[in-house]
Amino acid sequence: MSGAKFRPGDAVDFLVIGAGASGGVMAKELATAGFRVVVLEQGPYLTEQAYSHDEIKYTYQAGLTNDPKVQPITYRKNESEPAKRIKAVEYGRQVGGGSVHFTANYWRFHESDFQERSQFGAVAGAGLADWPIQYADLEPYYTKAEYELGISGLAGANPFEGPRSKPYPLPPMPVKSSGVLFDRAAKKLGLHPYPAPVAILSQPYQGRNACVHCGFCESFGCEMRAKSSTLVSVIPVAEKTGRCEIRPNSYVRKIETDGQGRVTGAVYFDSNRREVFQKAKAVLLCANGAETARLLLLSKSKRFPQGLANSSGLVGKYLMWDNGAFASGWFEHPLNEYKSIQATRVLHDYYRADPKRGFYGGGGLDARFDSYPASFALHGMPPDAPKWGAEYKQMLGAYFTHTMGVLAHSSSLAKIENSISLDPEVKDPWGLPALRVTYDYHPDDVATMKWLLTKQVEILEAAGAKKVWTTGLSLEDFMMPSRHLMGTCRMGNDPKESVVDRFNRAHDVANLWIVDGSCFVTSGRQQPTATIQALAYRAADFAIRGVKG
Amino acid sequence: MAVEIDAIAAQIIPSTDGPGAREAGVIYFIDRALATFDSDLREAYRVGMAQIEQKRQAMFPTSASVAALSNEQQIGLMRAIESSEFFELLRTHTLYGFLGNPSYGGNRNRVGWEMIGFEDRMAFEPPFGYYDAQEGGK
Repeated sequence: MSGAKFRPGDAVDFLVIGAGASGGVMAKELATAGFRVVVLEQGPYLTEQAYSHDEIKYTYQAGLTNDPKVQPITYRKNESEPAKRIKAVEYGRQVGGGSVHFTANYWRFHESDFQERSQFGAVAGAGLADWPIQYADLEPYYTKAEYELGISGLAGANPFEGPRSKPYPLPPMPVKSSGVLFDRAAKKLGLHPYPAPVAILSQPYQGRNACVHCGFCESFGCEMRAKSSTLVSVIPVAEKTGRCEIRPNSYVRKIETDGQGRVTGAVYFDSNRREVFQKAKAVLLCANGAETARLLLLSKSKRFPQGLANSSGLVGKYLMWDNGAFASGWFEHPLNEYKSIQATRVLHDYYRADPKRGFYGGGGLDARFDSYPASFALHGMPPDAPKWGAEYKQMLGAYFTHTMGVLAHSSSLAKIENSISLDPEVKDPWGLPALRVTYDYHPDDVATMKWLLTKQVEILEAAGAKKVWTTGLSLEDFMMPSRHLMGTCRMGNDPKESVVDRFNRAHDVANLWIVDGSCFVTSGRQQPTATIQALAYRAADFAIRGVKG
Repeated sequence: MAVEIDAIAAQIIPSTDGPGAREAGVIYFIDRALATFDSDLREAYRVGMAQIEQKRQAMFPTSASVAALSNEQQIGLMRAIESSEFFELLRTHTLYGFLGNPSYGGNRNRVGWEMIGFEDRMAFEPPFGYYDAQEGGK
């Protein structure tokens, strides 16, 4: 940890709330452009020395994410149900945010993702809308993100992807057995598998090490600094300018505004639960699709009685998340899938929504293994296997090294009923209302997952699996806690129908930008990080131009 | 209570064909979990184990403890409790104790990892498995 030190009473140029995938990018862009930046992060500042392969710490206790024992979350399926305490959503909670512990899939959105409403038509019971921007608006920023962060992949290998101005900066990662089996089967079926684009270094890059294939990506922090989190890529660049202070353990409770309706800074609790007011000339809210909405709702004032930036009433609404279905296959020979990165092959043949199917939706499929020894024993075995005893033990020995999965990352429709709101009863230890999640599938979400499951099974069977099984789609048993939180401050041209404008600036507040998954109008196919970061580069670009005039 | 929990853990991962939960020291892991990061689950253990003892007395009235039951009797008791919420907790703790990081007191001598074929190493090189080896590690 290095960088600048600012006094809370001195108004910095930009206050960034959330040091994650987007906040890290914004901080770097603004600090290198000459601005003074403070970044408030509710979690700790950890580095690779703090990480380990400890499954008890990082999967059982989900050590790099929000802890519901400390920060309660309540959940209900719909408004008529009482909300109960359950970890319904999960997000990265440290400097680097979710980019530290994510699987590191790095998919660009397709051109069609930005215009699904026009291309597909309206969907009953959903707020499907076009984005106010197009793929071409974001393309230069996708490229910038790929080069600044360090992404490995093979340009042109995915025939469904939009045009690219540059290839990936790094070649793809070596294929695993799951990738080979998936590749062979998909080609046999006439599909188009390609090497997974990932935020993991296949070769040394910008002073960082190449991946050593330890296998502990998802849920873990990378000890080699080979995963291209903002923690190891752009945040050090921001700090090196001497104009950026990362302030960890700083839990923001309110964004303050003045009589003109402009933001003036934010009040946060420091690690000793003392309240501090950091003054700023502008605020960039990058606190993820759940906490961003919650903080805006917490930031009520006389001028903003429904919460900040919420004249549309849409802050917190249209929550979307990482729907998906899982199929597994058991093979004759050892795959040893616990080695190396989680996914090495992907296909997007089923990505686009097609009205001919009779429902909205689509998905990207990847060949993967995202279990660790204990989590595999608990959740990775076929449902008809015994759960204990000599036979179970024997099967575990035969399955752990011989199993792979095919995961469908599928669409999540924006429903106005699905939301983040403030729990009226449950409070956190700081006295703030708990995050309340209201979520239920749209029928088309379920139809899409069921349809994709048939494709996943087809691929595993074509790959020669001796046994194939699928997991269910129940929200409580399989989906939650959900990640990839999107939609709760949607982007649009009409201030009555959206929260931020096409440059991520709040319609209601001239010096407030909201840049994270919350601005998403549609969910893509559940790999939002590349798009979040491209949007962050773009928003920073416009914020700098706006401030400089 | 430890002896009773140990008997159940040893049925979840028995010591047939190599070390099981007992040899891995699962009970030490559970002790540690309930003293530290899972201390909020102590009450669930107290209540859950009391229910198991009741079940045992109902099924085997002359028995003194779970640990004292014969192997067949223990398996019968397991079948009677296997769909309960508390059994799922015992199973979760047993598997983390058998396959988790040895620094928590379980997975002694890495017997769990050895059983499933997991190699605890910081780095690997391709090819990783049989099928990518066929492709020459491309």
